[in-house]
Amino acid sequence: MSIFKKIMTAIRGGATEVGESIVDSNATRIFEQEIRDAENHLTKAKRDLTGVMAQQMAASRDVDRIKREVTEHEGYAVQALEKGDEALALAVAEKISTLENELSTQQQALDSFQGNAERLKELVKKSERQVAEYKRQLSMVKTTESVQKATSAITDNFSSSNSKLLNAKDSLERIKAKQQKFDDRMKAAEALESENSDSSLEAKLKEAGIGASDNNANSVLERLKAKQK
Amino acid sequence: MNIHKLADYLNTLSDESDTGMVFDCQPIAGEVDVLQITVLGREELPIFVSVTDDQIICITYLWGEEEVKSSKMNDMHVSMLEMNIPMPLSSFSKIGDKYVIFGALAISSTFNDIEHELAVLSNNALEIIDDMSDYLV
Repeated sequence: MSIFKKIMTAIRGGATEVGESIVDSNATRIFEQEIRDAENHLTKAKRDLTGVMAQQMAASRDVDRIKREVTEHEGYAVQALEKGDEALALAVAEKISTLENELSTQQQALDSFQGNAERLKELVKKSERQVAEYKRQLSMVKTTESVQKATSAITDNFSSSNSKLLNAKDSLERIKAKQQKFDDRMKAAEALESENSDSSLEAKLKEAGIGASDNNANSVLERLKAKQK
Repeated sequence: MNIHKLADYLNTLSDESDTGMVFDCQPIAGEVDVLQITVLGREELPIFVSVTDDQIICITYLWGEEEVKSSKMNDMHVSMLEMNIPMPLSSFSKIGDKYVIFGALAISSTFNDIEHELAVLSNNALEIIDDMSDYLV
């Protein structure tokens, strides 16, 4: 059963009750141990791979060297034949035969190292993917568990503080009302500020003798005098 | 990252926050540490933050099953699924009989990332209740 299905079954099955764990913690611990084991195997496989690759390189160098020696000795044999020294040519030919045997042995070793290296590389890749997958699954189980525990802590806190979750629409209305109040206050403050700046401008104008001036005693007297005439 | 460091950060932030929101943090004790975060002016919709081995999860409760008009349940589910991708950073889920909105962050997230997440989550929560109010009693 996939981990998704396990979690779904557990949630549907009512494992959401407070204090009840979705996957028993022992199983989680075993799973964690399995991941650690897999990681250890992976480390070992990588070490093995390094060793095999080193052997592969050495064998490949040997094969090249023997091939060069065979070519070299073939040259010597031809030269000996050209000089008519049949005995020397035979001795060289014997050497070539020994070299060729050696070459075939080394080539076999090289092939086997190559095969081993490829197998190990494949194994390492597979193990890495497996470990990543285990970790993803463990993360899902742990997250589910953690959310459940968090939920139970939140629920406990709610019931102990005697508060409860409000109806969503009511909450929204209250928040909107608060926002509206805040906005209104901001607007009022702005209006007040602009009024203040208006009156200060007026004062400046008056000081400069511009705009409407107050009805002061002098102007009243002037008006009365004008009426008398 | 743990909830106490996060609480310290958010509490000292006060008016300096980039998001313009003022956060108040209250740790809740339990088997798993949970931080209850309230946004000033939005006390009705607290955000609950918990930290696991590899994630930081921020959850806000939206409404209970009993608040959904029974004839509209299916329509609401479809709308929620359709909104799940367009809604920035947050997703819907259901815990027990409560619908929730949540965001998950990598454990390596910075304080700034989390602050941003909380602000977006709070805005999303408000907006989605508004948008879904036709389905609710």
